[in-house]
Amino acid sequence: MMRNTDAPKILLAHGDGGLLSDELIRKTILPHLAKEMPSELNDAARLELSSKSICFTTDSYVVKPLFFNGGDIGKLAVCGTVNDLAVSGARPLALSLSFIIETGLEIELFEKILESIKKTAEENEISIVTGDTKTVEAGSADKIFINTAGIGIRMDEADLGFSKIRAGDKVLLSGTIGDHGMTIISQREGIKFETEMNSDCAGIAKLTCKLLESIKGIKFMRDPTRGGLAATLNEISKQTGLSIEIDQNLIPINPTVQAAADVLGLDVLGVANEGKFVAIVSAESADDCVKICRQHPLGKVASIIGTILETQDVPAVEMITKIGGRRIVQMPYGLELPRIC
Amino acid sequence: MLDRIYKAQNLISEACKKQGRAINIMEVCGTHTVAIFRSGIRATLPEGLNLLSGPGCPVCVTDQSYIDTVLELADKSDVLIATYGDMIRVPGHGGSLETRQPANNVKVVFSSQDAIQIAKDNSDKTVIFLAVGFETTAPATGVIVMQAAREKIENFCILSGHKLVVPAMRALLSGKNDKIDAFLCPGHVSVIIGYGAYEEIVRDFKRPCVVAGFEPIQIIEGLAEICHQLVEGAAETKSIYKAAVTEKGNLKAQQIISECFEAADGYWRGLGKIDKSTLKLKDKYSRFDAYQRYNITETPHAELEGCRCGEVLCGLIRPPECSLFGKKCTPQSPVGPCMVSSEGTCAAYYKYGTRRKKS
Repeated sequence: MMRNTDAPKILLAHGDGGLLSDELIRKTILPHLAKEMPSELNDAARLELSSKSICFTTDSYVVKPLFFNGGDIGKLAVCGTVNDLAVSGARPLALSLSFIIETGLEIELFEKILESIKKTAEENEISIVTGDTKTVEAGSADKIFINTAGIGIRMDEADLGFSKIRAGDKVLLSGTIGDHGMTIISQREGIKFETEMNSDCAGIAKLTCKLLESIKGIKFMRDPTRGGLAATLNEISKQTGLSIEIDQNLIPINPTVQAAADVLGLDVLGVANEGKFVAIVSAESADDCVKICRQHPLGKVASIIGTILETQDVPAVEMITKIGGRRIVQMPYGLELPRIC
Repeated sequence: MLDRIYKAQNLISEACKKQGRAINIMEVCGTHTVAIFRSGIRATLPEGLNLLSGPGCPVCVTDQSYIDTVLELADKSDVLIATYGDMIRVPGHGGSLETRQPANNVKVVFSSQDAIQIAKDNSDKTVIFLAVGFETTAPATGVIVMQAAREKIENFCILSGHKLVVPAMRALLSGKNDKIDAFLCPGHVSVIIGYGAYEEIVRDFKRPCVVAGFEPIQIIEGLAEICHQLVEGAAETKSIYKAAVTEKGNLKAQQIISECFEAADGYWRGLGKIDKSTLKLKDKYSRFDAYQRYNITETPHAELEGCRCGEVLCGLIRPPECSLFGKKCTPQSPVGPCMVSSEGTCAAYYKYGTRRKKS
């Protein structure tokens, strides 16, 4: 794609609080995000809450490339925070949105990100109520970094925590694993596969809220982002002192994702997801949980993939493999390096 | 699929009973090592069958002197190091590329083509490509060396650490570890060299050589074929990875290797000096040879203190027998290369085979 070198770009002055800053907010950001132009821009948003129990979370987003199959940094920044609220048992309510932009970023590209943020926020029924923009010199950031913080109303039905988990509980996985991480690494490194992969980037709050409303017996939820399913399960095992046994045959994996991971020598269990959750549920409620999930577009291949067990020796996550063997699933220790041959 | 697995498992069990002693099968391919661990194959095998992981991981077999040389070259201000990812964490004497680099002079590449592109994009620097790997990656190195010659890309050279599999197998059987009963031969390498290349092992050492693919079922069937041969008292070279491996291999890739390289004596971690076991650039390409350009002579360096990667690579000990394993040496803080590479035997044991000790 040819880039128009004369296209308007973000300048240092766009972040210094002066005229250009004001123009960027009023002419570029607000028209994309606000339903109506606010009559005044205050220093803080005022929220009327329906409950005393809220969940509050924050996360920063850096991703390369900014636009990838199935999403972009804007969508990611909304979904990521929505999902953190979702797995905490909250219904997302309000979002803050802050940008750190490297000078030279084309305004058109920024507008595409804003458009994506707006669309994603609407789909996930979360309002963007406050925000900030800073600019930094070229080389001090990589195009654009986004921070979002979110507030959600904790659902009355939600009584979640590591301490609720008992031996005999089941491990529910809401869908395929590894899609986001393998899409990003393949696109970043320019590795092409016959079938296109797509990031699973999506907000899961509607599904988790539905699940919590419908079923008693949900004890814990977590979105398996960085470190993937392996990190999430190991964290549960570590925090509870219990062990976990999962069955490889029951873990849904998109065949292209598996093929891509095989080519690069990566273990899909440790690859990031951005639209999935793991729930620990009571054995009695497990089947109903799967049923509810499968009625939702984001949970079509949800399944029970394993069981929480009493620890025999040291707490561990073990997997029964496709051929009936067993192996340990360790906590990933950081980004794996693709192999040589 | 399960039927085939049960059938193969039964055959292996019977063979183990009939032999009346442990059967030692060595795989010489990092991808096999990882596949065996990830699929949990060991747990499905009878006790009498020992799977040994041999010198099959390119990073692991690279001698300490190579790593130290790389670190010295990386200190030069007019040099860019282009390397496959696995190499950057391998510790040398006084650090690794990851810890010692001036952050911007080491570039991780996914293919040799990326390395030549970096040279084109940085005409004020000399790009040194760390050409490691077996016959699998050597053709890709050959292609860029020929390209550099054709396009006169003079700010480019390679530090060849390429190695040949068969000489290493010979060296093992000739003294380092003669307890190996058979080889599960590497899939990727055999695509290039063909399963006929193991004929000399069969002829001179009477050891079965069977090439298998990477699916768990292919690995188990490969082991079953080996057991079958051992029980029959036979030793043949055979491929059950028929979709990819032929007797003669990939002739075009072999031509590229012979156009650019010649076999030379060289050092291996754990195995020491092996005759005609490494690939050195031919004289006509010597100007792209970093050894020549920087006047480097290859002399073996001592391994890092306490590291037993050499013995691991020869199948003489299992990683947990090394006192550093899981304590001083972990994937987060590796002492030896077998813990660095995702295909290293120690990393595989650590990740898939061991329970964490109570801390």
